[in-house]
Amino acid sequence: MVCENCGKNEAAIHLTQIQNNEMSTRHLCEPCAEQMGLSSGAPANAPLADFIAQMGKAIASETVASAGTCPSCGLNLADFKKTGRLGCARCYSVFDTSLRGLLRKLHGGTQHTGKVYLPPHPSETDRTARVVSLRRSLARAVENEDFERAAALRDQIRRLEAGQEV
Amino acid sequence: MAHDFLGAMPDAGLAWLRADGPNSDIVLSTRIRLARNLQNFRFGTRADGDDRREVLRMTLETAGVADSLQGGRQLVVSELQQAERQLLLERHLVSRELVGSNGHATPTHTALLMAPGEALSVMVNEEDHLRLQNIVGGFRLRDAWRDVERLDDELGQRLPYAFHTEFGYLTSCPTNVGTGLRASVLMHLPGLVLTQEIGKVLQGISQVGLTFRGLYGEGSEVVGNFFQISNQTTLGKTEEDLIDHLQRIVQQVVQYETQARSVLLRDAPVVIEDKVWRAYGLLRHARSTSFEEVMNLLSGVRLGVGLKLIPDLSVYTLNRIMIFTQSAHLEQVAGSALQEGDADVQRAAYVRTVLSSERPGEGPPTGAGHA
Repeated sequence: MVCENCGKNEAAIHLTQIQNNEMSTRHLCEPCAEQMGLSSGAPANAPLADFIAQMGKAIASETVASAGTCPSCGLNLADFKKTGRLGCARCYSVFDTSLRGLLRKLHGGTQHTGKVYLPPHPSETDRTARVVSLRRSLARAVENEDFERAAALRDQIRRLEAGQEV
Repeated sequence: MAHDFLGAMPDAGLAWLRADGPNSDIVLSTRIRLARNLQNFRFGTRADGDDRREVLRMTLETAGVADSLQGGRQLVVSELQQAERQLLLERHLVSRELVGSNGHATPTHTALLMAPGEALSVMVNEEDHLRLQNIVGGFRLRDAWRDVERLDDELGQRLPYAFHTEFGYLTSCPTNVGTGLRASVLMHLPGLVLTQEIGKVLQGISQVGLTFRGLYGEGSEVVGNFFQISNQTTLGKTEEDLIDHLQRIVQQVVQYETQARSVLLRDAPVVIEDKVWRAYGLLRHARSTSFEEVMNLLSGVRLGVGLKLIPDLSVYTLNRIMIFTQSAHLEQVAGSALQEGDADVQRAAYVRTVLSSERPGEGPPTGAGHA
């Protein structure tokens, strides 16, 4: 497909816009898109990258000294700002302060309320936490009249409470 | 071919094409994926060869004893030929990140583990160590969740996942942390596009915490009136909350689409009937077609089948055309690489053959669907 602006180059950017409830799609080559102030690259990722970069700027000044570099994977805040990706589980503790703000903006909060992981050799605390989350799922299954799932969840809860393998 | 997995599983990953799920005239498929990482190994973007090798080794070992994966396939990407990787990509079973794209180095120690049911699979060493996914036909979020959750339990019992009491399952990208769950539904919405209501609907979707994209994932163009609708956030709600919310909203969109289609049939029956049969005519007789053109024509025909204007043509056939007219699939049939022009000719020929084996009433139906 050729660019609808210059009619010469192959269109590389396909922009779907919604304005006044009308959807339109434009097909542009990179030079034309750039002229119109549209940057190339993955469009859907761009807002997140921008957003993380902005967040990074805002929080960098406060936390960069304390955050430093992750001792496990060597990631620093600048790398994170650039890629938007964390390097390992430890990063979540190292960049805790910076991440909380970001997670609140992205998800509206920081507390996970879903499935609780039961590790290979669970402690009593692991089991209890898992039971709490299974009970929540059980209540939901009953509400949805999904009795097959409810029965399976109930069995899992019983096994956990009896200290058996799950 | 190194594996010839398609010889053994010609429909690998394509169970959803059968269109036997609910609402499958509007909802093509339902997909749920879970992002998981292992403790003590660096995540995708920072993992070195040793990390990746060990993650793959541990996962393959666990997969060998996980009930859900018994009798399935373990495809190590480095052992696959380029053509096979493209086939997996065109079936949406793997991401570019997993198989590498043309001209880029192939990522190391990546694999796809497939369950025998052809729907459930695990990508290993993608952006996250594990991406569990389930793709089923029609609108079946809860079914899709049930199977992927079971697989998650089976793997998690043996593999030490990275889990944080506050943040939940830890992921490479903070947009996936918490549940690590992305549920998405692939919808065909020509009624809303033709009645120009689609903008309003998509705007509404964004306002209720959902997001939409085209057929080929993030940043992709909307082709053939296909929209993928999925949850935007992953942290702070339970998996069931996220799924039920998506379920409710998609149900509404299905209703809007159904209404839009009846409005079209009521107010412009001739226009719609003409559009649908023209699309069918072109697909049935054209000699050279681009993939994009096929997708757009298929949209018209799919609408015709949904409105019962075109009788005796199955959604399964339309779904097959959608997958098997992509370049790598055409090349597989041809047995060699195809130049663009040749591919267009092959594509048109494939579509003609498939459609001629399933012949709907060759004349216009007599007022079918107008009531």
